[in-house]
Amino acid sequence: MTSMVRPRRARRRFAVWLVSLVVPVAALLTWWFASLGSTSPFWPSLRSILVSFQQLWLFSRFASDVLPSVGRMLLGYCMAVVLGVALGVLFGRLPLLHRAFDPALQFCRALPATALVPVSIVLLGIGDLPKIVLTAFVTVFPVLLNTIDGVRAVDRELEDAARSYRLTRAQRVLHVQLPAAAPNILAGMRIALTVAFVMMVVTELVAATNGIGFVTLQAQQSFEVSQMWAGMLLLGILGVLFNGAFVLVERRLLRWYTKDRES
Amino acid sequence: MLTVEHLRKSYRSAGSELEVLRDISFTVNAGEFVTIVGPSGAGKTTLLRCLSGLLPSSGGKVVLTETGKVIQSPPPEVACVFQDYSRSLMPWSKVGRNVAIPLKNKIRDRAARRAAVRKALEEVGLDGFDDSYPWQLSGGMQQRVAIARAIAYRPEFLIMDEPFASVDAQTRADLEDLVLRVRHDAGLTIVLVTHDIDEAVYLGDRVIVMSGRPTTVLRTLDVDLPRPRSQVTTKALPRFTELRTEVLTLISGAKTGAAR
Repeated sequence: MTSMVRPRRARRRFAVWLVSLVVPVAALLTWWFASLGSTSPFWPSLRSILVSFQQLWLFSRFASDVLPSVGRMLLGYCMAVVLGVALGVLFGRLPLLHRAFDPALQFCRALPATALVPVSIVLLGIGDLPKIVLTAFVTVFPVLLNTIDGVRAVDRELEDAARSYRLTRAQRVLHVQLPAAAPNILAGMRIALTVAFVMMVVTELVAATNGIGFVTLQAQQSFEVSQMWAGMLLLGILGVLFNGAFVLVERRLLRWYTKDRES
Repeated sequence: MLTVEHLRKSYRSAGSELEVLRDISFTVNAGEFVTIVGPSGAGKTTLLRCLSGLLPSSGGKVVLTETGKVIQSPPPEVACVFQDYSRSLMPWSKVGRNVAIPLKNKIRDRAARRAAVRKALEEVGLDGFDDSYPWQLSGGMQQRVAIARAIAYRPEFLIMDEPFASVDAQTRADLEDLVLRVRHDAGLTIVLVTHDIDEAVYLGDRVIVMSGRPTTVLRTLDVDLPRPRSQVTTKALPRFTELRTEVLTLISGAKTGAAR
């Protein structure tokens, strides 16, 4: 019987997948045909945007600009995740320490990220370092605050079990508190990834010599409007890819959580 | 042997003091199965958390008589089985790891640890389930994982806090008999708290009946029912009914006493 059900379910899933393609394809087609004879310098045809896209990103500017952008972003993001989780466990377990640092954390978190770009340049100069550090600084907060919440909310019965079996403090962090907080931590990491992506572009708009944001800004300033649109297209595609990859990892890591909820 | 001497526990909140345990004294002999019953809200869980060293008492002490050690933090001689399996097992770890992780400091050798895990799972009838996740198992099976985790730890004392409260009646009877068998095989000393009078009489060598809050020991009853016990024949004995009635009378007395 299952052999009968399987293909039917697979076919159904394929049909659902097709539905999700309808709007993007329709939008692209509309864009393509509506802009085909465009003479406006600000709304170039999709055709010329795609040509620019191919010329810019595939692959003449790939190694010189796309890779540095993505590399800086991922480096800053990873630093934020490591730091945010480590500090989050510390603050979550030591409420007094958290109390002491909380006002400072709230102040730093409230600073608008874009306003910090000039500050980072004054402090750290131009080049990769200020961009990476600023990305890490801004993205650490969603990870940190979510980790604190998650670590605090570990079930008392589970804590009791871990303590009664005499697990050491480090073992309790590793085997109990971190996994229990994983749903919160990953929620924070997801927000942080979006912020990191924004920071990638923002940091490249001032005092930069390469990067996707830099190239896009240059195009706009030299009236290469179709190149500017090509930059938007690339950013959109990259954003979707990052998010998709994150969802895959999250689903894998939190399988126990979703299944536990279902049962 | 385990001795509880004049144990007291009060919680302080917002200036007022809530007295939970007033004066608890009893001993548990080596190899004995002691069950503790009391009206609901009698601070049974508080008592067990003090016994297992998870909660500091406000007075009195719990002593491991052989070594003279006073329990202040969880001792290696004691393992616990908690009330709610879904909260005391780690849902992100497979069954095998759930049993293995508490052994990390007791059995350093990896192969020996794996063997201990396998043996414990066999003893509770869960061989072959190492690679399942807790949420893939039924409630009764999950509580058996918790029991396997406790016996793999090779404790002298097993402390159980209403371990069968969240499973259905038939599974409950199965688990009761499983505990009796495991206790017989491993020579464990068990302290089990329950609100179920039948269960207390059926399992115990002795039943300690507690009063309502603030809790004291009302009476200790010796259960002179023959072993091995059986759900069918033991519970049909006139003596079983007598003991059960006696406990029930004490507890309903405790309830009306508490109401006054």
